[in-house]
Amino acid sequence: MADFETPKFREYPAVPLIKQDEMAGGGPFVSRAEFDTDLGYPGELPEDWKEKTLDKMGDLLGRYRSLQVFMDSCIKCGACTDKCHYFIGTNDPKNMPVARQDLMRKVYRRYFTFAGKYFPKLVGAVDLTEDVLDEWYNYYHQCSECRRCSVFCPMGIDTAEVTMAAREILAHVGKAQKYSNQIIQKVYKIGNNLGLPGKALKGILEDLEEEMEDECGVPVKFNMDEVGCEALLMTPSADFFAEPHIDGLIGYGKVLHELGITWTVSSKASEAANFGLFIGSYDNMQKISMRIREAAIELKVKRIIFGECGHAWRVAYSFLNTLAGPFDFLDQNYPIPQHILEVTYGALQEGKLRMNKEENDHLTMTFHDSCNVARASRIGDYPGSQFDIPRAVIQAACNNYVDMDSDTIKDATFCCGGGGGILTDDLMELRVKGALPRMEALKQVTEESGVTNIAAICAICKSQFTKTLPYYGFEMDAIMSVHQLVSEAIVMTGSEQEKDLDGTEEDDKTESDD
Amino acid sequence: MSAFYALLFTVAFLVLIIGLTKKIIQYSRVPAPLKIPVTPAPLTKGGVAIRLAKEAILFAALFRSNKWTWLFGWLFHMSLFVVLLNHLRFFIKDVPLPLVLLQNVGEYAAFTMFIGLAGLLVRRIFVARVKYISSPSDYLWLILLMVIGLTGIVMRFISHTDIIAVKEFSLGLLIFDWQALPTDFPLMVHLFLVAILMILLPFSKLLHIPGLFFAPTRNQVDNPREERHIAPWAAELDAEKNKVQPK
Repeated sequence: MADFETPKFREYPAVPLIKQDEMAGGGPFVSRAEFDTDLGYPGELPEDWKEKTLDKMGDLLGRYRSLQVFMDSCIKCGACTDKCHYFIGTNDPKNMPVARQDLMRKVYRRYFTFAGKYFPKLVGAVDLTEDVLDEWYNYYHQCSECRRCSVFCPMGIDTAEVTMAAREILAHVGKAQKYSNQIIQKVYKIGNNLGLPGKALKGILEDLEEEMEDECGVPVKFNMDEVGCEALLMTPSADFFAEPHIDGLIGYGKVLHELGITWTVSSKASEAANFGLFIGSYDNMQKISMRIREAAIELKVKRIIFGECGHAWRVAYSFLNTLAGPFDFLDQNYPIPQHILEVTYGALQEGKLRMNKEENDHLTMTFHDSCNVARASRIGDYPGSQFDIPRAVIQAACNNYVDMDSDTIKDATFCCGGGGGILTDDLMELRVKGALPRMEALKQVTEESGVTNIAAICAICKSQFTKTLPYYGFEMDAIMSVHQLVSEAIVMTGSEQEKDLDGTEEDDKTESDD
Repeated sequence: MSAFYALLFTVAFLVLIIGLTKKIIQYSRVPAPLKIPVTPAPLTKGGVAIRLAKEAILFAALFRSNKWTWLFGWLFHMSLFVVLLNHLRFFIKDVPLPLVLLQNVGEYAAFTMFIGLAGLLVRRIFVARVKYISSPSDYLWLILLMVIGLTGIVMRFISHTDIIAVKEFSLGLLIFDWQALPTDFPLMVHLFLVAILMILLPFSKLLHIPGLFFAPTRNQVDNPREERHIAPWAAELDAEKNKVQPK
């Protein structure tokens, strides 16, 4: 185990007292020059780092209204101070959203405002030093860009915007984070975050097809680079082999098969994730998004469907049209892009999918709203449908469902603790501590309502929970994919499951006893 | 003394208007390159107007966040609004009936305003989290507003000022016809601090007033799949023509 203590469940979750410098330190591993230069960054601290930092900051203030307005409009009311999962889990006051923003705001005031230039002490402005940069690096990598604070801010200030800007500035003076930059480099060089080459991916997909044939007696296809399919499936690469992600992928495959939608993944764009978002880089986010456009054109698809991934869905839903659109070459009768849950939910509404819920009777489910779906995008066609649709799909696949405490779900959901480029082993202490509020809410429903498992629609949430659940006394496989439940319950036409349920013509009248 | 105050207010008014206008122009010129409304967000512009109105009038997000801060903050702002309406009488020669009627309740708004501010100050001093994030200026703003309120209360209820003369002074200000101002101490303090507030507003966190309406997290429509959103600088970087097109 690591050299930190897992936080204790609090008897009455209350506002924690502050513990100065509890999470002070060097932050996650700094990127290596080779990763940075591929992404357009210098890779080392330049001699004129101070000018470069301020130049970049001025540049971003002129490019992003969010940053410019948020630097000015904070009134220090304290509404956000108890809303961040990292503050709740660590008690470090610099993890209070306003204090995190202030790390940059203090420098903004010093160099970009009249008050800070002439009366720095009065308004809490500070000089830019290397220590300030190091503090930025540490604390802007203790934010998962989950936007929970912004829901509660009377001014709508979104700390994620400040974190992204800070990371972008840091990268421009050679202080980028290794985890995110290395992953982006892999996307450029190999096609996905995990560095899974096309051949290996093809092998995995072929194995899946065989497995499906054996299990269900139905030829569920998992195509790769197949030209002329109806849909391009963009899904996080974790879906190709990690548990419970892959069970979700199988679920998408079954649903699409049953609906007669032919689909393929692309070896070139074999990754829905877009870490350009995490590092606040418009350029990289766009470059990564362009792969999707290119793949859709090359494979001559009519639709783009996204699998279960939170931040990928934010980039897809909110930004793809901006970054890589317009998509006038796709079928305009479908949302562009479309979420797999929109496909499944729509089909369920139309009665096109047969579900045998009893398959999941041994489970009592709850649902973890992923931050980027809950607060930064939408699934479905009305505000808030992103909360109802996953729950409706789970309940169509499982008889037992209970929500967690209302202060911890929907748009008030707590981040899993691993989002926004934090899902790396060198930040394990932060990840475990940041998971505390979610784990407390889960603990409550396990004790009061007998919840056995928690479902999510985000690859990062799933990976983070697999790692952190055991720290809090849960089984690591308590985390499930939503489409894993669908996969278990779905009864495909002509499948073994259908025969088991309906019986063959001869034993129509005898009850099956298995 | 009267000339000093007349000059001070003329300058304060100009600084406030020019400073605020410059900031609003800056906010509207800086683009919002990406769609970042905090969801669930309205699907129409009308919906956005309602969302912003709920924030500006009811402080909806703050209400969800912290009931005490909401109570004191809302009490202060709404009272200030009534107080400001009440002060309109100093700038209108023949006071219209609604303002005359408002006076009856309006004069007590100074008390609720003071209570709201006092609550916020107590919270700032005694809640460790809020204390941690406070700079000297954060306390000073509250104290400044409290003194403005207090001197107003003193003039209205304890040591009356010749408000007819004050009104002549303020009406004169509007047409650069400087009149004599009564030299009562509470009035001097009251007006001086109001002028300071007007001058500092465009350089301070009081910019939250325009800022509230410019936050893309709250003022954007949730329709990125339906309408392509692109900022000017992003359009350049976008280099539309270099984009891969289907053959």
